[in-house]
Amino acid sequence: MTDTAAPPDALPVDKVIVRFAGDSGDGMQLTGDRFTSASALFGNDLATLPEYPAEIRAPAGTLAGVSAFQVQISDHDIMTPGDAPDVLVAMNPAALKSDLHMLVPGGTLIVNADAFEERNLAKAGYEQNPLEGSDLDAYRLITAPMTSLTKEVCKDLGVKPRDAERSKNFFALGLVSWMYSRPTEPTMEWIDAKFAGRDLIIAANKAAYNAGHAFGETAELGHQRVVVPAAPQQPGTYTNINGNTALAWGLVAAGELSGLPVFLGSYPITPATDILHELSKHKSFGVTTFQAEDEIAAVGSALGASYGGYLGVTTTSGPGVALKSETISLAVSLELPLVIVDIQRGGPSTGLPTKTEAADLLMAMYGRHGEAPLPIVASRTPADCFDVAIEAARIALTYNTPVILLSDGYLANGSEPWRLPEVDSLTPIPVEFATEFNHTDADGEPEFWPFLRDENLVRPLALPGTPNLMHRIGGIEKQDGSGNVSYSTENHAHMVAVRSERIAAIEVPDVEVVGHPEADVLVLGWGSTWGAITGGVRRLTNAGYKVAQVHLTHLNPFPKNLGEVLARHKKVLVPEMNLGHLARMVRAEYLVDAQAIGKVTGQPFTAGEIEQVALGALDD
Amino acid sequence: MTDTLNIATSNVGEAPETSRSDWQSDQEVRWCPGCGDYSVLTAIQLLLPELGVRRENTVFISGIGCAARFPYYMDTYGVHTIHGRSPAFATGLAMARPDLDIWVIGGDGDMLSIGGNHLIHALRRNINLNILLINNQIYGLTKGQYSPTSEKGKVTKSSPVGATPRPFNPVSVALGAEASFVARTHDMDRRHMQEVFRRAYQHDGAAFVEVYQNCNVFNDGAFGEITKKAARDDMLIDLHHGEQIRFGSESEKGVARLDGGVQIVDVADVGEEAILVHDETKPDPSTAFSLSRLAEGPHSPTPIGVFRACNRDEYGRAVAEQIAEVTASRGKGDLASLLRSQPTWEV
Ligand SMILES: Cc1ncc(C[n+]2csc(CCOP(=O)(O)OP(=O)(O)O)c2C)c(N)n1
Ligand code: SF4
Ligand SMILES: [Mg+2]
Repeated sequence: MTDTAAPPDALPVDKVIVRFAGDSGDGMQLTGDRFTSASALFGNDLATLPEYPAEIRAPAGTLAGVSAFQVQISDHDIMTPGDAPDVLVAMNPAALKSDLHMLVPGGTLIVNADAFEERNLAKAGYEQNPLEGSDLDAYRLITAPMTSLTKEVCKDLGVKPRDAERSKNFFALGLVSWMYSRPTEPTMEWIDAKFAGRDLIIAANKAAYNAGHAFGETAELGHQRVVVPAAPQQPGTYTNINGNTALAWGLVAAGELSGLPVFLGSYPITPATDILHELSKHKSFGVTTFQAEDEIAAVGSALGASYGGYLGVTTTSGPGVALKSETISLAVSLELPLVIVDIQRGGPSTGLPTKTEAADLLMAMYGRHGEAPLPIVASRTPADCFDVAIEAARIALTYNTPVILLSDGYLANGSEPWRLPEVDSLTPIPVEFATEFNHTDADGEPEFWPFLRDENLVRPLALPGTPNLMHRIGGIEKQDGSGNVSYSTENHAHMVAVRSERIAAIEVPDVEVVGHPEADVLVLGWGSTWGAITGGVRRLTNAGYKVAQVHLTHLNPFPKNLGEVLARHKKVLVPEMNLGHLARMVRAEYLVDAQAIGKVTGQPFTAGEIEQVALGALDD
Repeated sequence: MTDTLNIATSNVGEAPETSRSDWQSDQEVRWCPGCGDYSVLTAIQLLLPELGVRRENTVFISGIGCAARFPYYMDTYGVHTIHGRSPAFATGLAMARPDLDIWVIGGDGDMLSIGGNHLIHALRRNINLNILLINNQIYGLTKGQYSPTSEKGKVTKSSPVGATPRPFNPVSVALGAEASFVARTHDMDRRHMQEVFRRAYQHDGAAFVEVYQNCNVFNDGAFGEITKKAARDDMLIDLHHGEQIRFGSESEKGVARLDGGVQIVDVADVGEEAILVHDETKPDPSTAFSLSRLAEGPHSPTPIGVFRACNRDEYGRAVAEQIAEVTASRGKGDLASLLRSQPTWEV
């Protein structure tokens, strides 16, 4: 955008991956976020990976307390936060110890030299100061006494040294911003807005940023200043969005598109809580948020609101879905609309709550008692969470069914530039409630049958308050049609079949094959692996290999053409952040020899990893 | 929010007159012959015509258990949900639809065991629900295990040598959760039930009513010592707001404040002036709590009627008011502006 900010002597490069790492108290998430925002405003394409410890206050200076933020910025369309960072900023010895192995050989290593003192070195498990030996010779090492320089520039401002020290992350930001020719203005404006009313903090942060910038300018860094030019983007208005915000906005949009007020019943849990926070801000859209006593009440209240004519939604992660399971089955039985959002994280149990994983697919598919099928959709990028939230609501309200939306921690917290849709271009979700009798009893009297289905096997919903249509529904098996309690075994078999058929018949768009249509190797994915798979497949395609890619948004029912597409390729690889959930599903459904490629390290796949496995499959 | 929902409510003008039969559904009532649940159903079906409410605006929500079959028998809207979760479902419905009269009904196991958490939070929030806890001190539907209200030592199929834990006193639990309306009645006195249910209906906020109910199959006579006609005068202490708490055929007994608590006394011993005057509106629930502790179980004189009825903000309305206030101050939400609420740039 503001290309003018780039100095004429800066060397253009097509992309750079920067990783900010430090103690949880060092403000690394904020630093990474600011660098990202400045780059977004500059017009780069980008993808981010925030990684923070599970403990709110892990002991300072330890490996457990390291918090990191990785961002890739580029002059072209990119898919992931990058395989290995080109630049690592290490604010203390623990950050160096835990993240150095990720840095590309010859990469730039920026350290806060002040933090490399005895106590911190010991906490990180270093017997010797790594800055002093030859261990770091493989990298372009820049040591900056960030803490002392920050204190120095703050001295005359009247800021206490203790407080000044807290601004050292802005020193790092200023330095990296200088190296990569990032515009300064947006960050200055942001500091003014964020710390409004706290003039000393504003002054300290700005001084630290400028000191970092000047350090780059004046110190003999041996580092060529570079610029990542803006990426060509479709014309439009852009914003930098993370997955949870996009998802929350998608739910607001679904309320507007359907004309129904949104009700969110939720209980806080990482990494889903931000959706509750975000939706709580949007009361002016008629959104009701309810922080329930537990997940069971969260989903129960959402279902009650749906019964009352709202768009009922509940948001959680894996452990919460487990608790909600019985109520979701009730929703299947009652055939009421409901959106269940699962922001997956590493499990089982508390697992790795702040790390990503996508091992809830089979729970979403089968984790209920009885035959209780329901539709499942999954988002693939942070911005896609907006569209998929609308899609989940569309299916729920069109077919009167609970729908599970799967996202994950990587999408939830990661961000990317998003070209904002025109509100008029969003498809409305028509919803009609019953107001008239639909049946005649034996005596010729009109009556209302809550389970008298239409051609899509969808039952009518008559909201309480509607005159004459009083009726009872419940979890006991119902006579199809009248909805009265029925213990008939034939009727039960019929109802089980109908519940299964009606979900299988839900209309979902066909899959599109990307890459070579006749390729021997097809990479099939779902969810947040999209970026890495697309990046890996693109590298191979560009290198002349025949590889194809299919990525699923709809996991139940599968798109109608999926079986035929899978049959066209000799090998089907399924990279997933689990041990093979989708692979098992397609093997069972289509009898294809799909190969599971699992990754459960709490980190997303890299494009390089996908490239390697696909290459391996091409070779043999 | 019926205005936004565009549903065809008839909620204007007087409700049409109804009779008991209008409230009876066409479904066969399937409780065991002689079960106390029948008289609770009758009391409700006789009361609703008197309240002048509309059938379409009345909803019964229940969990699972014998008592929880209730909604099927009412010609109103109704949902038979799952075990213990009816207060949660009803809370969402009540927040969405303040125009409805919502009754929540379930057993002692449903509401105090599996659903105890939802019950206390519904009471704490003071959401506008009429909650009837049908207490038979047993798990009826699963054929007779001890429940959280079964007395210590109770012999059942799951406690062949006697239940070991101490039971809950439902009224004490509700008062402990600071419910704004707490009452007790019993299935042997239809008039009393109707009056207590009427008060619950009239109360703004969560109304909690414990109903002593006889399960004649698995726990017959559990309340007989206090509810049978001949025993009532001496065993039931009927609470009336603003009146002295007295009982006995000659009102010769009463409740007085003694030793920091309340105790049953002979009026002759302490004098008329010493007898406590019942004040159900007291914001401090301590006296009501002491009254709830007068009897350890239904074997000695037991208070019934309204223990507490005081004003507290109703939860659903408070939430709706916040929405209305924010909307008034910021204007109705606009999606295009929301999407542009973070920093944006043009390409
Ligand atoms: C999740 C779950 N657990 C257990 C049951 C079995 N169950 C049904 S009703 C009930 C207890 C009923 O006792 P209570 O609530 O006192 O009602 P009553 O039958 O006495 O009216 C139990 C344990 C169930 N339906 N669902
Ligand atoms: S088992 Fe007991 S509570 Fe249940 S219907 Fe029979 S008598 Fe009533
Ligand atoms: Mg019971």
